[in-house]
Amino acid sequence: MVDLGTDATHPAREADDVRIALFRLMVRLRVFEKRAYDLFLQNLVKGTSHLGLGQEAIAAAFGLAMRPDDYTFCTYRGHDHTLARGVPMAPVMAELLGREGGLMAGKGGSMHLTSVEHGMMGSYAIVGAHLPIAAGAAWSAQVRGSGQVAVCFFGDGATNIGAFHEALNLAAIWKLPVVFVCENNLYMEYTPIGAVTAVEHPASDRASAYGLEPILVDGNDADLMFEVARATIDRARSGDGPSLVEAVTYRHGGHSRADPAKYRPASEEQEWLERDPVIVYRALLESSGVGSGTLTAIEAEAEAEIDEATELAKASPPSSVSLIERDVWSDGGSAWRS
Amino acid sequence: MTEKNVLTAIRDALHDEMSEDDRIVLLGEDVGARGGVFRISEGWVMEFGEQRVIDTPLAESGIVGVAIGMALHGLLPVAEIEFADFIHPAFDQIVSEAARMRYRSNGDFGCPLVIRAPCGGGIHGALYHSQSIEAYYGHVPGLKVVLPSTPADAAGLLRSALADPDPVLFLEHKKCYRAVKGEVPDGRYTTPIGLADVKRQGTDLTAVSYGYSLHLCLDAADRLHQDEGISVEVVDVRTIAPLDKQTILSSVRKTGKAIVVYEDNRTYGAGAEIASTIAEEAMFDLDGPLVRIGGPDIPAMPFAAPLEHYFIEPEPDHIYRAMRDLARF
Ligand SMILES: Cc1ncc(C[n+]2csc(CCOP(=O)(O)OP(=O)(O)O)c2C)c(N)n1
Ligand SMILES: [Mg+2]
Repeated sequence: MVDLGTDATHPAREADDVRIALFRLMVRLRVFEKRAYDLFLQNLVKGTSHLGLGQEAIAAAFGLAMRPDDYTFCTYRGHDHTLARGVPMAPVMAELLGREGGLMAGKGGSMHLTSVEHGMMGSYAIVGAHLPIAAGAAWSAQVRGSGQVAVCFFGDGATNIGAFHEALNLAAIWKLPVVFVCENNLYMEYTPIGAVTAVEHPASDRASAYGLEPILVDGNDADLMFEVARATIDRARSGDGPSLVEAVTYRHGGHSRADPAKYRPASEEQEWLERDPVIVYRALLESSGVGSGTLTAIEAEAEAEIDEATELAKASPPSSVSLIERDVWSDGGSAWRS
Repeated sequence: MTEKNVLTAIRDALHDEMSEDDRIVLLGEDVGARGGVFRISEGWVMEFGEQRVIDTPLAESGIVGVAIGMALHGLLPVAEIEFADFIHPAFDQIVSEAARMRYRSNGDFGCPLVIRAPCGGGIHGALYHSQSIEAYYGHVPGLKVVLPSTPADAAGLLRSALADPDPVLFLEHKKCYRAVKGEVPDGRYTTPIGLADVKRQGTDLTAVSYGYSLHLCLDAADRLHQDEGISVEVVDVRTIAPLDKQTILSSVRKTGKAIVVYEDNRTYGAGAEIASTIAEEAMFDLDGPLVRIGGPDIPAMPFAAPLEHYFIEPEPDHIYRAMRDLARF
């Protein structure tokens, strides 16, 4: 068990409607990821893919706390963050299947989702690349006075690449409206993060180097995550500058599709499965008086939604080769030698 | 002789060399406990110890920079980049530092460094697990760039790279890893860097290729021979830089026709250098147009199966047909 220190105080109880919305969103992310996994097993999703099973509370809490015009930047493990901005399930699933109806028309696949219309500015496959980019987006929001906030998600592994440190410093010196969210799932791919990092908490222990408050939270506690999301986004929006959040969590499966995660101790896995954010939150809501009928109905709706999305995705034809040379340049085409 | 695939040939060669020479160290993301993404070094951390099989943080620039420092001072580092697509943060260390070290020190010291990187597409890797990077690095004097396509060449060239006093970028085409098998000589033989290899003898035309495309050429050549009796000579470049002009040119002079085939984006790709070498030095030996087949000029190999397939084979049998048309010219 990771020691979360004393920073993690439990917030005041959220109003019931927020909690129900948070539960609904987490359940939707959960059913999506489970379905994506099933479709890999059926070999309908080719190539690799990185699931957020077990980490849903972070994406859901921020998704709910963000304004519709705020910016999300995330990684190849980005299905959850994309859906949490309101991108419908069907085009995301169709993208995983490589279909014409996919969010990127099948060009990108699981690792490369973008929907500017939803403020989803991209899932990045080069670890660390998006942190300075998020800072730049925040700079633009700042000079335009738009009040928009950029929220940038990344893993624990990303804290050891130069771009992380460059971006944090840039954001801090310019007091940019950006929230950096490190989803510390304890592993950089197959290597325990502690084995390759100088400090115990890869993000929060480094916050002071950039003049920021250390924020270390239990990323599986949905209420707490929502509280942190709201506070850090408010802070950014009101001109008080960036935050660096370290949310400690755990992925239920391997790093990617091909990985059985044998390198993780069974006892550690078990401990974290017991802290499954969706199950824990459900129990919490029930014990706080939300009727189990309400919760079951939410789950049934999510199941119906993912069933329908899967059917829609499967019905979409495979991507057409006619789009392979589209969108290389602003004129829509690819010709660059006259 | 033992039959192996490319992955096993690389693993065995690196393992044997590490056993023989304790100056060799392997460093990179996940190379230790996990044995690397492709399990090249599985179990080696137990065998060689943590001083020689080093799990690094996620930091390509740091990995290559540290490896350069090791190379300058008595070690023979092998830096593993998980996928070639992720090498770019280290571009500066490779190009500005490793490649220029000997020239800049006026020959005082060089940089005996090997950087291994799995490259190439056709494995549903999508935009960032499929890239060809040889042209960026082939442009850099002081750096050698190797791209073997058979198990025997992979093992032999890796040994040469380890013995080379200069930095070598050792590219491994992922599609060849398991798909390509072949006989590998036993023992610690080497295959010289900078020497191309005629993989198939022929008389009607010369196909010059490397990487997975080489195997597409060999396949097309076999079928053309069967179907139409056309005899294609296939030259495997093997080393992108320095380029073995002599082997390429003597084959082209013999057959009088040349087709250059590569997977990377066509424009400014390594095939452009090969084609211009042929044009400059064998123009008057050619009996037909110089043909160049490269990938489409798009930013990266897309995900969806039809698009990925199109990148590699835009029209059914395009290499076969281009060879046939050239032979008939
Ligand atoms: C620059 C770069 N180097 C290496 C990789 C290969 N890679 C992909 S994910 C990953 C581990 C990232 O771990 P972490 O940041 O903790 O994120 P997680 O996958 O746990 O969400 C690595 C090494 C990459 N995508 N980009
Ligand atoms: Mg991680």
